[in-house]
Amino acid sequence: MENLDSTRVLVIMPAWNEAESVGDTVREVLAVGRPYDVLVVNDGSTDATAELASEAGATVLNLPFNLGVGGAMRAGFKYAQRHGYRRVIQVDADGQHDPRNISEVLAGLEHADISIGARFADKGEYKVSGPRKWAMQLLAKVISGLAKTRLTDVTSGFRAANDRAISQYLDHYPAEYLGDTIDSLVVAIRSGCKVTQIPVAMRPRQGGTPSHNPAKAAIYLGRSTFALLFALTRKRSIIQSVSSSAQGAS
Amino acid sequence: MGNLAAFLLALAIVGIVFEMLRRKKLREKYAALWLVVGTGTLVLAAFPRLLNIVAELVGVQLPSNLLFIISILLLLGVCLHLSWEISVVEDETRTLAEEVAIMRAQLERLQNNASPRLKGSEDESSTPSSPK
Repeated sequence: MENLDSTRVLVIMPAWNEAESVGDTVREVLAVGRPYDVLVVNDGSTDATAELASEAGATVLNLPFNLGVGGAMRAGFKYAQRHGYRRVIQVDADGQHDPRNISEVLAGLEHADISIGARFADKGEYKVSGPRKWAMQLLAKVISGLAKTRLTDVTSGFRAANDRAISQYLDHYPAEYLGDTIDSLVVAIRSGCKVTQIPVAMRPRQGGTPSHNPAKAAIYLGRSTFALLFALTRKRSIIQSVSSSAQGAS
Repeated sequence: MGNLAAFLLALAIVGIVFEMLRRKKLREKYAALWLVVGTGTLVLAAFPRLLNIVAELVGVQLPSNLLFIISILLLLGVCLHLSWEISVVEDETRTLAEEVAIMRAQLERLQNNASPRLKGSEDESSTPSSPK
């Protein structure tokens, strides 16, 4: 394991066929001018994602085939732990997370293990409706109760973690559908990680379109409830106490 | 004569499983179940009276129904076992894929460090330098 300056932050960006936006997003993160290292996890893309990310100045992890966001993120966490990063943050490659918010979300780690950059938290104008909204509200309510703090956007992919959360994630970070958000979060909370949320505004995606199909939203409701129920019955992980963690008793 | 056909069929199945095992086409842990099924069928085909006796003992009126329920349960068990095995294999594959990706990134960095004139050396601006 390399000894890194403990202030360095690893920005993990899972990317699957994001060639149109990944280069700009990486450049934007690096242009913020903070000690951020960008790691793009190329999740078996068939386009030029890896080359463009690497040209923009990111380190690229090339997964040999598509594993899904959960798989890509666990690879990123593994990389972070092996290289001694104490703090990581997940940022979407499609540009909907504003790199200028990274430091705000990271600041949440001062009094928690996981910090979520949340939409709906009275900032920005991200709106959904119908079954998808009910699903998000239900999830938010249940997980807020578990975490004993108000969380409004538990499926946000804009999440930061400290070393304690990283080692918990490495124990449990499923590659299943929603495993990267709901399942991993619930198990992390039940294993004793503290969660906080930071309100952020999301930008419209640079590539791709969000789905507004009601049938898809209904399926989403079903699957997310299913994922939640499973997560609630899973085994807790035992977090190895990391040396000189500044968390104290949380 | 129907019994003879059943006996031959069972014999063929046991023979095939045995041959696959011998040629290492089948791992022993999967073969065990099939050998048990095959031998059971062999015994039943040789002594059909056995089925009637067992059916009477368990309280099943029609002996053939006993045969059906046993086969369905066995097949269900085999399916479940295979799903479980493939989940384990997928999980192992996933871990390997992560390892391969990390190692490849490290290897590329080492190569770039060793021969800076090669292409891609400008990537180094972003990768963490490693003060030991």
